[in-house]
Parts: sequence; C-alpha cells; structure tokens
Amino acid sequence: MTEGVGIWALLLMAALATYLWRGLGVALSTRVQAGSALFQWVNCVSYAMLAGLVARMALLPIGSLTEVPLVDRVGAMTLAFVVFFVTRRSILPGVLAGVISLIIVTSIRAG
Amino acid sequence: MTPRDVAIRACRDALRIPSLVLISGFIGFGSLAHESGLDLSLALISTVIVWSQPGQVAFAELSAAGATALAIVLAVSLANARFLPMAVSLMPLLRPGLKRKAWLYLYAQLLSVNSWAGCQRAFPQLPSESHHIYFVVFAAVCMTGGVIGTLLGYFATGALPRPVALGLVFITPVYFAMLFAGNRARPVVVALLAGAVTGPILFTVSPDWGVLATGLLAGTGAWWFTRDSA
Repeated sequence: MTEGVGIWALLLMAALATYLWRGLGVALSTRVQAGSALFQWVNCVSYAMLAGLVARMALLPIGSLTEVPLVDRVGAMTLAFVVFFVTRRSILPGVLAGVISLIIVTSIRAG
Repeated sequence: MTPRDVAIRACRDALRIPSLVLISGFIGFGSLAHESGLDLSLALISTVIVWSQPGQVAFAELSAAGATALAIVLAVSLANARFLPMAVSLMPLLRPGLKRKAWLYLYAQLLSVNSWAGCQRAFPQLPSESHHIYFVVFAAVCMTGGVIGTLLGYFATGALPRPVALGLVFITPVYFAMLFAGNRARPVVVALLAGAVTGPILFTVSPDWGVLATGLLAGTGAWWFTRDSA
C-alpha cells in the first residue's frame, strides 16, 4: 500500500506519463495538414482505439461493472443500439434504454 | 457567428448529454477512489491532471492492490495512448484563428473523448477560425463535470442502491458507443468496427499494450482498405 508523499509522487508521474501522449500529439500535429492522407490515417487510428476501449469497457470491465454478468452487459448494450437505430440515431433514447435496462436486470438479480 | 455565439453554443452543447455523462462516469471514479483509500484532494486533483477515466480507474485499483510504481505508471500511460492520435487529429483543426500556437500544449490537457467527439460533430457547421473557442469552452465544461462527479462519487459511496451505482458506471461505454455509431463516413465506420472486434481480443493478450496495438492494427487496416472512398 502506497501512502503519504509516495502516492502524490506516483500520481504526478502518472499524470506526466499521460501528458506525454498529449504533448507529443501536439508536437507531431504541426506537421499534419487537415485532410491529408496522414491525417486520415491518424483519424482511423483514433477511432479504432476508442472503439477498442469502449468494447473492452463493456465486455471486459475493470472495477465495479465486473459484478454485472456478461450477458446482462451485452444485452443492455444491444438494446441501446436497437433503440438508437429505431429512433433514427438519437443518442439520448439509446443511452437511457441501455442504462435503465441494466439497472432493472441488476435489481431483479439482486432480488 | 461571433466568438461569443460560438462560446455560448459550445457551452450549451456540452451542458446537454456530455456533462451528465461525465458527472455520472466520474461518480464511479470518485466512489472507487474512496473505496481504494485515496484522499479526496488526491482524487479531485487526479481528475484535473490525469483527466482520463480509464487511466484514473487503473491508478486507483493498482495503487490499492499495492502494485509497484513502475507497473502503475506504465499501465496508466499505456491506457492513455489514445491521446496521441486524438491530439494529432484534432489540433490541426484548432490552429486557424489561434494567434499563439503554444496554447495548443495547454489545450491538450483539456482533451478528452467527449470534447474530441463533440468537436468532430460541431466543427463542420462552424467557421474554422472559431474552432479553438468552441473546443476550449466545451472541454472546460466537461472537466468541470468530471470534478463535480468525482466529488459527488466520493461522498455518495454506499449511499446509492447498488444497481443504480452500476448503471451510472455503465453510462460511459453506452454513451460512447452511441456517439460513435452516429458516424457514417466509411473509413470511420470500418475503423470503429475493426477496433471494437480487435480491442477486447488484444486486451486479453496484453492489458497494457492492447489499446495501443488495437489502434495501430485496426486503424491502419481500416485506413488501408478504405483509402479510395475517403
């Protein structure tokens, strides 16, 4: 268990290690023209990373969502997508459908 | 549109769904921080200086589990590798109208998935000289939401019924999924699908390197196969 000054030093290192990517991105961006082939490639890499991260958060969560069975998470996410496309791509109804269905199923399982 | 109009619009857009998503998402982080024995001040400051929910969750969990400093910093950093391509693909859009380009290094700290995606949505309807104003206002509202969420979560630990607390944590992945599913450009759709399939597989292979490898493999593949349609 890390305590006292140690945890603050650790947080600072974690923050710097995160900023490294942000700062490097700004530095590299000066050589990238909006709309160029390089720009398109970086855009694809960003979207792929974010989609990978979201899929990971839903399918293989870390933290409290591990308490929810996989089938419930996938079911709630599927319902969210169905509502999203049925409502002609409106975000709010999709999100509400996913979250509320997860809460209901989790409550039922808890008895 | 005057700069003032752009700022008001950014504020209004951010106050809709993004700020609610951030508050609820960071309620999850705030309560995890409390359960992990972190100070409130540390939790709040981490939201401002790390400003990445997955990275902060990894930090709280690994430090509570007594992982080594190197392992924690490496895990947090690699979980946040997405900021590199996100910054590269957003900053060129913020440059017009910005007098001192050094500001971009400060703007980079405000960058998050919410502000990145919010800008991608709004920029086509805004004059390019005003992009940087929209970004700063939108991202600042988002960060404020994150700080409020952290604070609420820290004190609400245990007060919320468990299913509701879990629902709040689930908002982030569902919201991002809906936000990205609204894209219609073919390279983006292919990159999203490829990333969603590849991400969990590579995460199983390596929790540390999975995100980075997913972006490079799935993103490059998507770009390569859709080059002509862009």
